[in-house]
Amino acid sequence: MSEVFKIAIIGSGPAGMSAAAHAARKGLSHVLLEKTDHLSDTIYRYQKGKHVMATPSVLVLRSDCEFDAGKREKILEQWDADVKAAGVNVRFNADVKAITGDQGDFTIELTKGAPIRAENVILAIGTQGNPNLMRCEGANLPHVQYQLDDPGEYTDEHIFVVGSGDAGIENALGLAADAAQGNTVTILNRSADFARAKKANVDALMATRDAGRMTVMTETTPSLVEPGWITVDTPQGSSRHRCDRIIARMGASPPRKFVESCGIAFASDSPGAFPTLSPTFETTKPGIYVIGALAGYPLIKHCMNQGYDVVEFIMGVTDLEPADEPLLKEKLAGLPGNRKVSEWLAFLRENVEILNGLSPLQMREFLLDSDVRAYKADEAIFIRNAPGSSVFGIASGSVKVEVDPSNPNITVPIGKGSIFGEVGLISGRKRGATIRAAEPTICIEIPRMAALKLMAQVPEARDTVNRITSERQVLQIFKSGLTPADIQEVLAGAEVMEVRPGQAIINEGDVSDDLYIIRSGSMIVEKNLGGKPVFMSYVPAGSYSGEMAMIERSPRVATVKAAIRSTVVKLPAEPFRRLLSRKPELRKRMEEEMHARKEINAFIESQKEEFGGAVDMYSSVANFLIKQGIGEATDVLLIDESLCVGCDNCEKACADSHDGISRLNREAGTTFANIHVPTSCRHCEHPHCMSDCPPNAIRRGPDGEVFISDTCIGCGNCQRACPYGVIQMDKPPPKKPPLWEWMLFGKGPGPGQPSYEWRKKATKAEGAESPKLAIKCDMCSGKPGGPACVRACPTGAAIRVTPDAFLSVARVDRR
Amino acid sequence: MSDVAGHTERVRQRTHEGFLAYKGFRWAQVATALCVVAVGVYFVAASRLAEPPSGGSWLGYLLGTMSAGLIVWLACLGIRKRVITAGHYSLKAWVSAHVYLGLSLVVLGTLHTGFQFGWNVHTLAYALMMLVIASGALGIWAYATLPERLHGNRGETTRKQMIEAVESLDRQLADLAQPLDRAGAEVVRRSIEDTEMGGGFWTRLTNDHRGCANKRAMVQLRALPNPPSARQAEALTRIEQVMKQKDAVLTKARRQMQITAMLEGWLFVHIPATFALLAALTAHIVSVFAYW
Repeated sequence: MSEVFKIAIIGSGPAGMSAAAHAARKGLSHVLLEKTDHLSDTIYRYQKGKHVMATPSVLVLRSDCEFDAGKREKILEQWDADVKAAGVNVRFNADVKAITGDQGDFTIELTKGAPIRAENVILAIGTQGNPNLMRCEGANLPHVQYQLDDPGEYTDEHIFVVGSGDAGIENALGLAADAAQGNTVTILNRSADFARAKKANVDALMATRDAGRMTVMTETTPSLVEPGWITVDTPQGSSRHRCDRIIARMGASPPRKFVESCGIAFASDSPGAFPTLSPTFETTKPGIYVIGALAGYPLIKHCMNQGYDVVEFIMGVTDLEPADEPLLKEKLAGLPGNRKVSEWLAFLRENVEILNGLSPLQMREFLLDSDVRAYKADEAIFIRNAPGSSVFGIASGSVKVEVDPSNPNITVPIGKGSIFGEVGLISGRKRGATIRAAEPTICIEIPRMAALKLMAQVPEARDTVNRITSERQVLQIFKSGLTPADIQEVLAGAEVMEVRPGQAIINEGDVSDDLYIIRSGSMIVEKNLGGKPVFMSYVPAGSYSGEMAMIERSPRVATVKAAIRSTVVKLPAEPFRRLLSRKPELRKRMEEEMHARKEINAFIESQKEEFGGAVDMYSSVANFLIKQGIGEATDVLLIDESLCVGCDNCEKACADSHDGISRLNREAGTTFANIHVPTSCRHCEHPHCMSDCPPNAIRRGPDGEVFISDTCIGCGNCQRACPYGVIQMDKPPPKKPPLWEWMLFGKGPGPGQPSYEWRKKATKAEGAESPKLAIKCDMCSGKPGGPACVRACPTGAAIRVTPDAFLSVARVDRR
Repeated sequence: MSDVAGHTERVRQRTHEGFLAYKGFRWAQVATALCVVAVGVYFVAASRLAEPPSGGSWLGYLLGTMSAGLIVWLACLGIRKRVITAGHYSLKAWVSAHVYLGLSLVVLGTLHTGFQFGWNVHTLAYALMMLVIASGALGIWAYATLPERLHGNRGETTRKQMIEAVESLDRQLADLAQPLDRAGAEVVRRSIEDTEMGGGFWTRLTNDHRGCANKRAMVQLRALPNPPSARQAEALTRIEQVMKQKDAVLTKARRQMQITAMLEGWLFVHIPATFALLAALTAHIVSVFAYW
């Protein structure tokens, strides 16, 4: 009979290691199971010499292992020593296959060796071990694989590698390395360049391609997998190729299947959901605990604290003061009511509807991300046109919405328990109305990422937000004194639809009459003129489309299709027509707008007859820009190549008005008909870079700019997530000597980004080692003159535009 | 439509017009008005005086002060361009004013001379000023006509990509040269090691690359005796193809450098002449007041 451990800890990352160390110090019988032959594989696989940050810096570390910001090697060395000193019972190369049994007697089966028995199990396996799957048709065929153990295994095959990260490139290089194997290797990259991968890997890839040993297909995605064949979508159209094997390396997400097989329930069906946990990190399966990244905590410090805490909980400690208590205390200090932290948590959770479904543990973490504020009567909470993507929940008191910008006295109340600001959350655009406290009010402000996490974790919260959002959006778009009661009938039949880029929601000539509200993303309107689709207009989020057929009961006059991935709300026509007949004011308003849109269409049609070339030009330029992702931009830098003299003063100005690194690359990027889209941030409505930022350092600023705050830990997730390759990982160069010294004495590197050689020398002279952090355009935030790239352009070639202004019909006149 | 999303903008130049047409040719109008007034006043004054108003007359002083002030201000563009301050300025507006007010100096400066020229420092300052203006006019021509050629030539290829393309072709050449004999390998080596992409400013400006090592290597390759083995023959054919590719890349890169050189070339006259002008102007002013 084998030994039964008190605690088995699976995964030796910061969380698991910290738990094991604490168990060892407490003298508990324990075992730490690690799949590989070293501790903390995720950190181990960081690149050599990487600087690891310790955030949030205010959080106190409570662990038997040490951790401080520093080089990867130093940290791993420290942990190895700590684990040894604590006397942890580690078992390497122990890959867990299944966990069976119940609390007090779990059996942990390994892929190799005898099973292990334990009373309690701590799952600290993180998310790195679970690859993202291909989604196209045929992706479940057996020749699609997500791992490549030995590239030498395969000979004389046509192999496609999907994914442009280091894993994919290294696999592809391995497969193509030996020409004698006779493999025909192709690597697919969904974007134009290999921004995710290390430079050395990309260089090797390009060299292999140039030597003719591999094919590299960029801006290409697989669309259909068949036995022996693959069909891919390229910028030139789709094409079919011989393919015996597909190796997909596209990142990782929580290993849900395995976790669920242990009997653990997840909070929701959303792909980003985490397991449901009690305040003591216990899952729905008693005796199994989940901590670390798998519990939704990607930061090392959190993980290590949880490792300590969970062992305390398993030992039966109930009154452990959480490590984040001082943080919350500070956050809540100065608020009226004299409540203790736990009382505040309960107060907010009970009073704000969308927080009702949270566990106390989730609520605690949630409050770390959020802010609680007290407002005096009539104090503005936010004002119209201010950017902002956070949601507010009303814990006590009530607020009033100024629905009419011309008359602040017309207000609509929102009461206790409800939320506001949710439109900014979903569409990423600026605030639509000013909201003030109607009486002394306490609100919780929830940042966008925390709110999205909440919606993923708690289905009730998601439904509540969706319901309120649809209602408010309809009210806000149509205004005209509508009340929630007026639109209940319309909303009852509303349908929320996800639309793929290029997918049409309305087809020209169809007989259909529903109305569409664009909740997120954007649409383009096209009309077939003389056998060619002609771009008519651009419809941003927060607007509607399809009113002509609804009002006039005529066939559709134009095609409306998604410029980018969008969410639309389909409103059925019949209830809406009844609403129009009840509300003549709304009818009048919509008819006016309809006539305005019709005039634009008629104008373009007439221009098309007289000046066909001008309209074709306008249409093709608009389509080019949409293809460049301008449809999801809020502010984009364009360069008119008929004016650009290539002086790079824009880049120099950018470097000099920031910390010495240019955030734009003028020369790179695509061009069409004199319009050049340089590699520079376009401040997307829904920034891809924000999607996975562990310290939540990427925010939207007061001018709508997406910027990276100084809490960046340099993990590089944003750089990998950006499809436009505008984020770079770099360290700011040392300070240059003043400009006049350069002008008079030639001291220093002069204006603009200093050369690599100068930076290297100056850094050496300075002696200070600084970490590489994410750097991107902040639209010259806080500078009254606006973006320096545009101000510093001597010829007027550089302009910054918003898509709806640039894609407006006025462009037809110009040409 | 767009008001739904509620865009209000910070100071932002979204009007799309070049430096010449800035604000509906505002500075062209200002400069023209300045010249017309100056010419008018000059001839009115001239008709009342016995001889034409020289630099020493009240009108001469006025025009001289204005011109000297303008010259100093125009020279400040070099500083404005490089000092990136946070406030609201537009380099485009500066360039626009620089161009038109600079051109107006032809009239102001000439009237200031009172058409009295001689072999002295005063006329030297005038000549330098005209040289600066002439080179500037060349610059206007370059800025107005060359950008389309610049970007038309490079398409979407960046400078770095052109260099990398040549490097990668060189690597291919090195691989392909493996089966060759000594003489053949020597030809390939010359193409790889001796090819200069750019060269000096004059070479870049004239785009005269008759001595290009790659071109020479292509000629020498064809002159090689027939290779003994089929393998070497095949290698030679492929090497010739790669060299042709390299030639095409080099031609494109060199044309790019030529246009860039043309865009910059006028500055090599404009800037030194400006400094010379500032020196001569100082001498002119000092001498006028010292030797009155």
